[in-house]
Amino acid sequence: MTAAPPQVHAEGQEAAPAAAAVLHTSRNFGDPAYRALLTLVALVLPFLLLAIGGQLFVGAWPALHKFGINFVTTNTWDPVAEVYGAAPMIFGTIVSSILALLIAVPLALGTAIYLTEFAPKWLRQPVGFLVELLAAVPSVVYGLWGIFVLIPMLRSAAVPPLRATLGWTPFFQGVFYGPSMLAGGVILAIMIVPYIAAVSREVLAAVPATQREAALGLGATRWEAVWSAVLPYGRAGIIGAIMLGFGRALGETMAVTMVIGNRHDIGASVFGPAYTMAAAIANEFSEATTPMYLSALVAVGLILFLITITINALARLLVWRVAKGAAVGSKAL
Amino acid sequence: MSARAIRRRVKSATMTGVVAGLAVLAVLPLLLIFGDLVHKGASSIDWNFFVKSPVPAGETGGGVANAIVGTLIIVGLGCLVGMPIGVGTGLFLAEFGHGRLGWFVRFIADVLNGTPSIVVGIFAWTWLVKPVGHFSALAGGAALAILMIPMLARTTEEMVRLVPNSLREAALALGYPRWRTSLTIVARTAMGGIVTGGLVAVARIAGETAPLLFTALGNLNFSTAIREPMQSLSLQIFTYATGPFEEWHRLAWAAALVLMALVLSLALAARWATRQRFGTKSSIR
Repeated sequence: MTAAPPQVHAEGQEAAPAAAAVLHTSRNFGDPAYRALLTLVALVLPFLLLAIGGQLFVGAWPALHKFGINFVTTNTWDPVAEVYGAAPMIFGTIVSSILALLIAVPLALGTAIYLTEFAPKWLRQPVGFLVELLAAVPSVVYGLWGIFVLIPMLRSAAVPPLRATLGWTPFFQGVFYGPSMLAGGVILAIMIVPYIAAVSREVLAAVPATQREAALGLGATRWEAVWSAVLPYGRAGIIGAIMLGFGRALGETMAVTMVIGNRHDIGASVFGPAYTMAAAIANEFSEATTPMYLSALVAVGLILFLITITINALARLLVWRVAKGAAVGSKAL
Repeated sequence: MSARAIRRRVKSATMTGVVAGLAVLAVLPLLLIFGDLVHKGASSIDWNFFVKSPVPAGETGGGVANAIVGTLIIVGLGCLVGMPIGVGTGLFLAEFGHGRLGWFVRFIADVLNGTPSIVVGIFAWTWLVKPVGHFSALAGGAALAILMIPMLARTTEEMVRLVPNSLREAALALGYPRWRTSLTIVARTAMGGIVTGGLVAVARIAGETAPLLFTALGNLNFSTAIREPMQSLSLQIFTYATGPFEEWHRLAWAAALVLMALVLSLALAARWATRQRFGTKSSIR
């Protein structure tokens, strides 16, 4: 240490690095170790995603290699002849999910708008909790309820009026079998409402209060403020919320398996039975005896995985744009 | 007031009514389902239901003791693997997650959260069932653990982030290294929230069926061997509900009521824990 005139200053300058050096060498080796350990644990997630994708691809390869594009474009699913075309399942998955969205989006958005914009404060928490509880009901319980309550209800209350008013379109013709595309769509709608509602609620809550206040200050009614200032601001996030719901609906398994009828068929009428990718895997996987049958089912799983991952990734990016980095939807039970 | 102004007000009031009505419609199915579960399930629940295993198809009586114990074991296995990894990942995201890796892991957690559970089931099957040659509760537990990790990671991160920075700074100023601050001060303060996240995650995986279909498979006999097929409440409900016997349907409703009660009490416990901990949440944020 030199005896320079501004001694205090010099001492201060030298003491700090010295102390830091001591901390780093003797006492603080725990920090890098802690960080390395946590990083290692956190890397499990990316590894899992890769492992799932890789395993599915390896398992699906024999079927994809043998059938090529025909796998997704043809209708024959015949384990005896070992011919597999998954088009009916892909069709059923997408149509049942769109049907679910048609019913669920107005319900979920209405709920989210009511709870964030109009409901009295004391009502918000309990109603919000009830909606979230819908997400806590196990899928298999929805399926049970669907078989014994929803389908009879549809048969007596929904199908006759639908047939009377819309029976002239090809979508509402034919015999109502009970287990059907309609039952699948309705049960899916009930199941995805809480997800769309929870995420839209958080998106709407993230819209700055100034948006509302500016609109109200310009003389807008409360509805006009919501419609013209709040909703447009949160649009990206709400689209994200709807896509998250769509992703859920595509991959939902048990409830749909139990009410959709499980028939390899493409039909226009929602009264007829249908099939989804997840339902096919659930029903046939443990019975699949030949390697090619298994591979075909794994290929169905791979397609489902790729579709849902893409939709989820896009949805997350949209939601994050509005509610920055928040774990939106993770609070939905 | 001009006619136009009146029309606008009426429209605003009408639309308020419409969204309120939609909210009621959204909640209605929940009330219907709860009502039906109690109505159709409660009468079949007695002591035998909890302590007996299923009797051969067609006979009356029997219970779901095997399924209740199976659910507990499989969920327990899932927690054993999933909890440390999930909470660890959450800690990483909260403490070191500001960089690009943090963004990446967060994104993957959210994407995995939306992955269909049946796909996770296939993965567990190719990984733990196919090589061994037989179904096992262990594979079922692994599938549930995979479903649990991303959920736990995100809730843990949120809860750890709620810890005021001044606490962390105080500990660091006293000369605590970061790792001790993180574990003994930050994680401990957030413990209530982390437990809440854990309860919510357990509530979700306890009702899962799809990932167990070809991992745990199900078992009509009482079994506690984790290397063998095992029954769970959810699998039993599926088998009974889709089976041909009236007696099975009756038991399915009862089992569903028990499963729902289990999930609901976990959810309520989680909510209660949150309120205890973060009754003044807004002031912390």
